[in-house]
Amino acid sequence: MQTFTQSTIDKHKASPVQLLQILRDIQAEYQHISAEAIEMVATALNIARTQIISVIEFYSFLHASPTGKYDLLISDSITDHMLGKQNLMTYFASQLNVSIGELRADGLVSLNNTSCSGMCDQGPAGLVNGYALTHLDRQRIDAIAQLIEQQIPIKQWPAEFFTVNDNIYQTDLLLQEPIESGAALKARYQRGLTETLTEIDISGLRGRGGAGFKTAMKWRFCSEEAETERYVVCNADEGEPGTFKDRVLLNSYAHQVFEGMTVCASIIGATQGFLYLRGEYLHLYDKLENILQERRSSGLLGNNILHQDFNFDIEIRLGCGAYICGEESALIESLEGKRGIPRNRPPYPVAQGYLHKPTVVNNVETFLAAAKITVQGGQWFADVGTEQSQGTKILSVSGDCARPGIYEYPFGVTVEQVLDDCGALDVLGIQVGGPSGTFIDKQEIQRKLAFEDLATGGSFIIFNQSRNILDIVKNFTHFFAHESCGFCTPCRVGTSLLKKQLDKITDGYGSAGDVVALEELCQLVKNNSHCGLGQTAANPILSTLERYPEFYQQQLKDISYEPGFDLDASLATARRLANRDDAGAHLTQVGED
Amino acid sequence: MSKTITIDGLEIPFQEGQTIMDAAIDADIYIPHLCHNPDYEPHGSCKLCTVKVNGRNCSACTFPATEGQDIINNSDDLAHNRKRITQMLFVEGNHFCPSCEKTGNCQLQGVAYYLDMHDNHFPHFFTNRKMDASHPDILIDHNRCIFCNLCVRASQEKDHKNVFAISGRGINKRLIINSRSGQLKDSDIDLHDCAAHICPTGAILIKRTGYQVPIGQRIYDQQKIDEVALAKENKHHGR
Repeated sequence: MQTFTQSTIDKHKASPVQLLQILRDIQAEYQHISAEAIEMVATALNIARTQIISVIEFYSFLHASPTGKYDLLISDSITDHMLGKQNLMTYFASQLNVSIGELRADGLVSLNNTSCSGMCDQGPAGLVNGYALTHLDRQRIDAIAQLIEQQIPIKQWPAEFFTVNDNIYQTDLLLQEPIESGAALKARYQRGLTETLTEIDISGLRGRGGAGFKTAMKWRFCSEEAETERYVVCNADEGEPGTFKDRVLLNSYAHQVFEGMTVCASIIGATQGFLYLRGEYLHLYDKLENILQERRSSGLLGNNILHQDFNFDIEIRLGCGAYICGEESALIESLEGKRGIPRNRPPYPVAQGYLHKPTVVNNVETFLAAAKITVQGGQWFADVGTEQSQGTKILSVSGDCARPGIYEYPFGVTVEQVLDDCGALDVLGIQVGGPSGTFIDKQEIQRKLAFEDLATGGSFIIFNQSRNILDIVKNFTHFFAHESCGFCTPCRVGTSLLKKQLDKITDGYGSAGDVVALEELCQLVKNNSHCGLGQTAANPILSTLERYPEFYQQQLKDISYEPGFDLDASLATARRLANRDDAGAHLTQVGED
Repeated sequence: MSKTITIDGLEIPFQEGQTIMDAAIDADIYIPHLCHNPDYEPHGSCKLCTVKVNGRNCSACTFPATEGQDIINNSDDLAHNRKRITQMLFVEGNHFCPSCEKTGNCQLQGVAYYLDMHDNHFPHFFTNRKMDASHPDILIDHNRCIFCNLCVRASQEKDHKNVFAISGRGINKRLIINSRSGQLKDSDIDLHDCAAHICPTGAILIKRTGYQVPIGQRIYDQQKIDEVALAKENKHHGR
């Protein structure tokens, strides 16, 4: 243990900011991080053991007690559920003779749920020891169970189990033709610094993560900070259920994304950049490292880029399973080797970001667009889209449609157009922007995808008439409770209370007043939470309650009060102890006349 | 000329670098708070000090005061939300005031009185939390921890140790102790550390000092928390 742990500590130069990477290595080697390893890392990095324990407990992919030699995680995204996830999970458990959420007695295998793994266009999906599995079905599960029982190393498993397709169906400005490597950097130096920033400004480009802050303004603010040590961070922690476009961009357009980061660095004056890659995309890691190496060899990264006396490099840091790290300040905390807790703002990352130095954090798609705008000029981009939403948006389309995958449209496209193109029939509604976005009804398909109407980070999940709205809302609400970081009271306690209150209603224990109480709680969590997670966690309930109040009301019992549990079932233990089962030992909840 | 902000229609001065909470305390205005203590770095997690700044909800303890801010601190809406947030803290842990040594001196209880809280409103979590009675002088009852982070900050900022930390995620958040065994007795804590005396609730208690003041004669039995807090936090209070 000591030799391996020491070598990973050495590999990461015993740097506290590399804590997550060190723990990932130890987890992968020993299926957990032992107390002994914690002590060793604490001493070597000169940090408190509590920092390590708290990091392990915060991230879903790190564990203080052993997981299986084969650790299977099945994606809990609503789209996976729609493809029969629940049945498959049960089947998996029975084939492997393991309980969900447990480690098998022989330590060979563990099975559990995980938040959306970003394979919604090719689910049911999962992860084995961190590597993405797609298109799971009974046949494949049989094969996987066999491979595990025979203890075949994952590297020798059939490659098709791990095949991840791009599924690009609709291209526009950005996806049609990637730039040639180096073209944006050359254009940037030909045009000049101020002029390039002006072009980005003219393009009207706004952050593609969903919040929509103007990119040129962010870069300018950062470059105007007095502190000269500055950083560029690419947010590839795409955790919003139903989003997978960044996976595709990094698989097939990574050069252009890295080039966008490099252009940004040359403008704001950064020498170091980071790609914060969500742990679920571990399968992309080696490929991306090779691309970075290629770029260094061709003089597009590293020292003296394009002989312009400009030094900049990019390091990939992997996440460990935490949706909150998509929030930029939580991401920065995570980059620093800490728990992903969103910071108090102000100060904003452009002023005090990574290591409290000025930092630009942008989405993968934003950097991709910025690179091409640098080549084509701002007007090229601004000519497309709507008044407040210039350019195009890349959508991740999933759910009930013939062709789930990637679709790029000019901003302002109608929902109807997207539905037509992807082959969606018999539509009930669409979740636009993921669980934190809005659920819209089929009546609203004339609405437009744009900051003016339906703002979106790109998640577009389609539901047909066979789906139950409350099942969907339940999945999303449980997701937020699971992913709340726990920093602030309204979100920490509130998202769990939302889960309890919604379950009470959907499980049939709700009575008059419970829907009103649910709505009040939604507003409380929305209006008082510290960051975007809590502020949007109630959206699934609020947006469906607004459109389908009757679905909620129908669940309520026709009595004034019903306890949130089965009264009679709760007495089972007492009956057993008293050895009674007569009528007097039972209770019934009586309805009002 | 000094810069000013307006809280509930009252114009008050502030110094550059002050938060809204700092300015309010200096002006003898109470904004309910639990995780905030002016002697420590602001934390901003309990959200009890949420005020409306130019129409937007902000945490007074962390949000910088800037010229001309129009702030609402007292409104039915805010009072209602603060009560609900306090109720959340009550149902999250296991708070049995009548049997707690801290009763009457507890800030969580004091805030609940102040906000006119008469019930817990939400369903209880009945979470299973342990006690740590390992230390000869100091007792930790995790049932009463509200994650204000004050012991963590006190140990770091004042005691220059690192005895406490917050761990876990979401509703599984928990206070942990920096020692190999995870027990307080094996940590660096000392009876005279600030961290041992900072807890606003009864989560960290000093052994063999209980019930020296009879219930009924304790701090919040006699005075409301706004008065108590301002008397302590505002140097010029009452003058």
